[in-house]
Amino acid sequence: MEQFNEAALLRRVLAGEYDLFYELVRPYERRVYAAAFAILRNEADAEDVAQEAVLKAFKHIRQFRAESRFSTWLIQITVNEARMRRRKAHANLMEPIAGREDEEGNYAPRDFADWREIPSETLERKEVRQKLAEALAELGQIYREVFVLRDMQHLSIEETAKALGISTASVKTRLLRARLMLRDLLAPGLGGGWSSKLSFAKGTKPW
Amino acid sequence: MVVSCEQVWREVSNYIDGEVDPALRLAIEEHVRGCPQCDAVLTGTRNVVELYGDERMLEVPFGFGQRLHRRLDESMPRPRRSFLGWMATAAAAVLVAGSFEIVRSLHSHSPQPRSELAQRGKGVPPDLKVVAAEEGRLFHVPGCEFIHDKTKLRAMTAAEAERQGYAPCPRCLKQYLTADEISAPKGVSS
Ligand SMILES: [Zn+2]
Ligand SMILES: [Zn+2]
Repeated sequence: MEQFNEAALLRRVLAGEYDLFYELVRPYERRVYAAAFAILRNEADAEDVAQEAVLKAFKHIRQFRAESRFSTWLIQITVNEARMRRRKAHANLMEPIAGREDEEGNYAPRDFADWREIPSETLERKEVRQKLAEALAELGQIYREVFVLRDMQHLSIEETAKALGISTASVKTRLLRARLMLRDLLAPGLGGGWSSKLSFAKGTKPW
Repeated sequence: MVVSCEQVWREVSNYIDGEVDPALRLAIEEHVRGCPQCDAVLTGTRNVVELYGDERMLEVPFGFGQRLHRRLDESMPRPRRSFLGWMATAAAAVLVAGSFEIVRSLHSHSPQPRSELAQRGKGVPPDLKVVAAEEGRLFHVPGCEFIHDKTKLRAMTAAEAERQGYAPCPRCLKQYLTADEISAPKGVSS
């Protein structure tokens, strides 16, 4: 149904009903922002790049090929815009050695304490979302990009690879690492037990 | 097949994504049942994937959508109306609509559309209560979730909205947009 509406909308935009373009983008605007933010880590830059990316998508709408999903195409443009912005911002700086994150070597989990389930109902609470966002911000760039596209935007492994211009093998390696690192960052034993400080862990369930 | 803890950690992500073959899947499950450490790793990783995958984690700054829409609106090519262009559009509309429409259009002057690109509707009940934004181009059923600018909405009848040049919203009033108008011109997607 959504697919059908999208195809119909797309045809109408192509036929000249330009004011419908926003309708086409609207279901994905949050993802566009999230992709830009994952790369730029700054709200103002992310919003600006998100807007630029959408404008660019409009300008090049005739280059969109129906064999890929519109959302993937849009995210791909966003990733490119964000990377360009980032490169510009860092043009005068040497990339620090420590910033060249390698994906060689296996990542071994560090925390083996019993995992205390964090129920998704608790996402209603800003402090929980905040904690998760902070943990995500601690990941290195290449891991964060993959994780955001694959696990937060639910792109397939192939789509993630395409959007980032890397191989599917790299997607899988980085994804594994991102997930394990996040788990460690949020684990009750390692991350300072933040989740046990929340009231739901003490037995007063807010849901 | 027997797997070690290290193998479980290496495959935990693929396991969650259903990307391991059945033999390995069984071996991992067997291992995890007897290994509390790997159980903690698997449970935690799965929890992480579930939490971040929640729609609520995709937060945008307040007003983001409106600002995006405005920026887009400002950069849209404004259709410049040439007399010939308008005649061509009108002639095409008449051809599609058929003879009844010709008679009607002779007797009532056609409203100036707010966007010559927006589709005209057909058969919208004239008394239907609708809303339209001051600077918008479309009219909607009240409460339509595709109304962008909810601040400057005016309520009116469908007849009035059409008289003022608004076109029906392609979402909430799509039943009044005829199928042949929606169909694409040939070759656009190639
Ligand atoms: Zn084990
Ligand atoms: Zn509507």
